[in-house]
Amino acid sequence: MIYARGLVKRFGEFTAVDGIDLEVAPGEAFGFLGPNGAGKSSTMRMIGCVSRPTAGELRILDMDPVREGPAIRGRLGVCPQTDNLDPDLTVFENLTTYARYFGIPRPEARRRAAELLEFVQLTEKSGSTVDPLSGGMKRRLSIARAMINEPDLVLLDEPTTGLDPQARHLLWERLFRLKQRGVTLVLTTHYMDEAEQLCDRLVVMDAGKIVAEGSPRHLIETHSTREVVELRFGDEPPAAYVEKLAGIGQRLDPLPDRLLLYSDDGDGAVDEVHRRGFTPSSVLVRRATLEDVFLILTGRTLVD
Amino acid sequence: MGTLAVLERALVSYKRLWQASVFSSFILPVLFVISIGIGVGGYVGDVDGVSYLDWIVPGVLASTAFQMAVGESTFPVLGDFKWVKGYHAMRATPVGIGDMVAGYQLYIAFRVIIASVVFLGVSAAFGAIHSPWVVVTPFVCALLGVAVSAPTSAFSASIENDSYFALLFRFVVIPSTLFAGVFFPVSQLPALLRPLAYASPLWHAVELCRSATLGVAPPWPAVAHVAYLLLWAVLGALLAVRAFRRRLSD
Ligand SMILES: Nc1ncnc2c1ncn2[C@@H]1O[C@H](COP(=O)(O)OP(=O)(O)OP(=O)(O)O)[C@@H](O)[C@H]1O
Ligand SMILES: [Mg+2]
Repeated sequence: MIYARGLVKRFGEFTAVDGIDLEVAPGEAFGFLGPNGAGKSSTMRMIGCVSRPTAGELRILDMDPVREGPAIRGRLGVCPQTDNLDPDLTVFENLTTYARYFGIPRPEARRRAAELLEFVQLTEKSGSTVDPLSGGMKRRLSIARAMINEPDLVLLDEPTTGLDPQARHLLWERLFRLKQRGVTLVLTTHYMDEAEQLCDRLVVMDAGKIVAEGSPRHLIETHSTREVVELRFGDEPPAAYVEKLAGIGQRLDPLPDRLLLYSDDGDGAVDEVHRRGFTPSSVLVRRATLEDVFLILTGRTLVD
Repeated sequence: MGTLAVLERALVSYKRLWQASVFSSFILPVLFVISIGIGVGGYVGDVDGVSYLDWIVPGVLASTAFQMAVGESTFPVLGDFKWVKGYHAMRATPVGIGDMVAGYQLYIAFRVIIASVVFLGVSAAFGAIHSPWVVVTPFVCALLGVAVSAPTSAFSASIENDSYFALLFRFVVIPSTLFAGVFFPVSQLPALLRPLAYASPLWHAVELCRSATLGVAPPWPAVAHVAYLLLWAVLGALLAVRAFRRRLSD
């Protein structure tokens, strides 16, 4: 579905995407994970054939995005990072007018609009204009709109950023259903849990480069320990404890508010901390997540 | 296909406010005809051998189209790039840049034709129509609309800030309306200023409309007036396509 080699995007002197390689297979759910400014959206826009690659090779649906842009876009569903719905049109009209851009006949457009509103649970809002909708409803409408042409490949740029947990779970559930139908999904996210929930495979991006690639499980296994201990201390800043606890576990990462201790045996490591005579004000042993992988790979946290 | 889809979107938005808009395109000419045509006309008497009311009606018809075309391609176009991002939404579909420009110009033509027909109805009721040639005036106005709205769209797509529109209205739209033969013959202008009126697409449309409603020959051959308007429309559309493309690619 997507094939990229040495893909580069520059804005003037600034390199937003710095030579990335990608392959996405049909039916896959593929994720870009990375902090602000990593180049996720820039990459998505190149894949969506609205931004021209500065260098490198890119093929979408086995076509050339520069020469065959309209043909490719006709088979893509795009949900951009910021909604660009028509505020003066009703929810229903937003879908039907968009359908016409793809040359879908009017009766068919109405049929699909009704079906998609059902799918994203917005049927009740069908006749309302877009302006008064909540953020989560707008997002759901954007996703429904991206499905209007029954796309082969759906691009979702931060589908759930800014939503409350309930709205996010509803969206995840809908996206999961799309995936089950065999739609190829490509999404970007800041959220580890989102990537873990939805993606078969993902790349971690940082400063325009891909720093790791694989399934969520695989990334955790190769880059992190099985468990992570979060230690908080009342007296001194976490960094002060790095030396004192040296040798326990495989790795220590001081964050401003806590110290992360990586170990395959979390409880054993906690015992060792106590044996050395330190009493943290709080101790949490948990399984490693992609967040830890990101921290290990880039030295920074994802959501600042 | 893409062009018609873009037109359709504009029409669906318009559906929501068409009543208000038709009302204002009805009430405005009525006010104009009464205050200027009849009120001012009472002092002015005849111009070029016809009553001032009859003389001014085609001018106001064309200038209403002119202002509508400029108005609809300033804030709405900038807004669609900057806030609504409707053009960005289209960009992600098979709709091409040419479709975006052409679809919107068709919409402008449609709006201008509706407004012109309403205006003509009012004018006819005041007995200001004297020739069957009047039937061409809505199309002349539509051509004028595109001739000014295409380059205005190009301008709106090139700016970041709506304060430029104040300059556009102050230094282009209002002077054009005042000096393009709408309210008094261009021959009254100092010879030095006359070329400015000739350069304005509005003047050409005013003269075409006037010759059509009064049933007299226009100052230049009609073909020349039409050709001049067409030139503006075509060049404007090319500029708009270029400006839209620049704005939508990075
Ligand atoms: N049109 C543009 N012109 C100039 N610089 C740009 C443009 N678009 C993006 N950039 C820059 O490219 C870098 C990558 O931006 P991009 O939007 O791809 O990041 P992102 O990973 O999507 O970030 P976020 O999580 O904040 O959405 C940023 O530093 C941004 O400022
Ligand atoms: Mg982004």
